[in-house]
Amino acid sequence: MAEKDKTQTYLQDLERFRRARPHESESWVEPIRRRALSRFAELGLPSPREEDWRQTNLAPLRRLALRWSGPEEAAAPKRTEVRDLLFGGEAAAEIVFVAGHHAPELSSIGDLPEGAVVESLLDGVEKRKDLLVDHLGRYADFETRSFAAWNTAFLRDGAFVFVPEGLAIDKPIHLLYLSRGGSEPSVAHPRNLILVGKGASATVVETYASLDDGTFLTNAVTEIRVGEGASLRHIKLQEESIRAFHVGALQAHQERSSRFDSLSFAFGAGLARNDAGSVLDGEGAECVLDGLYLGRGDQLIDNHTVIQHARPHGSSRELYKGILTDRARGVFSGRIVVRPDAQKTDAKQTNQTLLLSANAAVHTKPQLEIYADDVKCTHGATVGRLDENAVFYLRSRGIEEAAARSLLTYAFAADLVGRVDWAPLRKRLEELLVARLPLGEEIRGAL
Amino acid sequence: MLEIKDLHARAGEAPILKGVSLRVNAGEVHAIMGPNGSGKSTLAGILAGRADYEVTQGEVLYEGKSLLDLSPEERAREGIFLAFQYPIEIPGVSNAYFLKTALNSIRRARGEKELDAMEFLSHAKEKMRFLEMDEALIQRPVNEGFSGGEKKRNEIFQMAMLDPKLAILDETDSGLDIDALRIVAGGVNTLRGGNRAIVVVTHYQRLLNYIVPDFVHVLAKGRIVASGDKKLALELEQRGYSWLEEKESARA
Repeated sequence: MAEKDKTQTYLQDLERFRRARPHESESWVEPIRRRALSRFAELGLPSPREEDWRQTNLAPLRRLALRWSGPEEAAAPKRTEVRDLLFGGEAAAEIVFVAGHHAPELSSIGDLPEGAVVESLLDGVEKRKDLLVDHLGRYADFETRSFAAWNTAFLRDGAFVFVPEGLAIDKPIHLLYLSRGGSEPSVAHPRNLILVGKGASATVVETYASLDDGTFLTNAVTEIRVGEGASLRHIKLQEESIRAFHVGALQAHQERSSRFDSLSFAFGAGLARNDAGSVLDGEGAECVLDGLYLGRGDQLIDNHTVIQHARPHGSSRELYKGILTDRARGVFSGRIVVRPDAQKTDAKQTNQTLLLSANAAVHTKPQLEIYADDVKCTHGATVGRLDENAVFYLRSRGIEEAAARSLLTYAFAADLVGRVDWAPLRKRLEELLVARLPLGEEIRGAL
Repeated sequence: MLEIKDLHARAGEAPILKGVSLRVNAGEVHAIMGPNGSGKSTLAGILAGRADYEVTQGEVLYEGKSLLDLSPEERAREGIFLAFQYPIEIPGVSNAYFLKTALNSIRRARGEKELDAMEFLSHAKEKMRFLEMDEALIQRPVNEGFSGGEKKRNEIFQMAMLDPKLAILDETDSGLDIDALRIVAGGVNTLRGGNRAIVVVTHYQRLLNYIVPDFVHVLAKGRIVASGDKKLALELEQRGYSWLEEKESARA
């Protein structure tokens, strides 16, 4: 099937679904969807000729005919099947999605302070139009980005998080996205909007996981607005099946003196692409984009980040670390743009990759575009193997070579995992590291 | 305990040790002194099992068995400990976890019961008090952000924990001010005695004011060119290494 025809097929799925629910087409969101739909029809999937996709060939994805299905087909698993992924008891709220559709039977609103909203976007769109209308579809660019256009064309469900002015939510909000391959490859388009009001603060955790080891595509978009003096910590854990494709866009927009702190753990999916970005659109905004990627087998993990310094006195810190083994490939592209107005910007970017086999490789590309003259911007990338002096040091103390290598590999990842102070999530991350790192079992006793 | 016989070794193509022979008995403290490039650290590294050197001739017996066939971890389990000249920083691994893993590996190999976290911590705290160390160090990542003195004390602390039969201190005095030197040497002295043998590798005599050796050997250009008691160290302090090196050149 030709590419264009396939795109048409994807859109026909949507049309069929819509005809059964005509009221959804009457929503104020409809013009956004229509616009994105026409953009996606024109753009199709990105080609390797596009600079941003040069290192990430989507041919395996193109070969698939992906089916999108409505909520009635998305059977929720039993609680017991996903027990390890549900942190509801320790979260301010937990919303679960199956194939992109809200699964209320698995969700729980626990400790949410009054005035805060954590709900399915499908509910939020109609009930709270006033809150959403200025933000939904405003930050993630669907005019030029195919996957965002595809997601926006299917914009329907996902999470809506609203933290009103001055409110601090201490416990994290957990959003869990489950998919299954099933009998034929499917696609889900979760869409999230997180609004943090002036002076408010919250932590939002997104977890993407699989219910089986089948093939599917997750094409997620999260838009974030961090108000003046507000603070949002965003953590994403992607641990989907090795046969899955994962494409995620995370786009924040920051006001004056706000802080946006993003931590991304990309462990799963055969092909994973994350686009994370923030626009620092107010004086003195701070942005942290950190990430850890693990690749083994034939995994390809691609992280693209764009930080736009638009106003003076902003600061950004970026640290992406990767551990690649077997034939895994990593891509890191970090763009920092300092606009003419953004004097006194302080930006620092670091990418460190540990290659544990001769056939693993990483492509790293920092891009600084500086249009202001009084700024401090640095970037650095290192690619290396384990420090043999350190291996010897541990062995000279009686530790087996395998355990020494495992310990040092774990240590490389540990500082980013250590930044997660939410116990159930950190425990999950530690478990995943032990299970996925070469010789990881050697250090199980450490946990 | 340790017998080095006519040891020759090279790093890459360059010969470094050219026939070193040395005998260390249980309970003895030996100092190996020598100028830079004499092969002191190479000798220490070879004893601990560092892979950067190739032994081309000679043998090393430890408790009557050939040492050179053993891996570094096997040597540690047999009771050999090397205090590093440049202790390695390991961000992300706490001192406690590192040492507990090491100690239990060694205990396992000796057929002793492994320590649980509580037993380990109380044992560690006792040793730290003994060495007058800040107990907070145990929870910090191994050597990360430690001062030079803290790193060397941490080596001696590890030595106290692992309780070796043969301890080799490689330039333990380098980079230490006099106060730190006194503390580190004091730690070593508390670990002296019984059957434990200690080999102190150093460029300078000053460490030997604090750790007084039973024997002093001078290594120059890959050979031991003089051996004696602590007076030899004082003589070196006054006359420098050059007279011995010249003597060696004349001999060769």
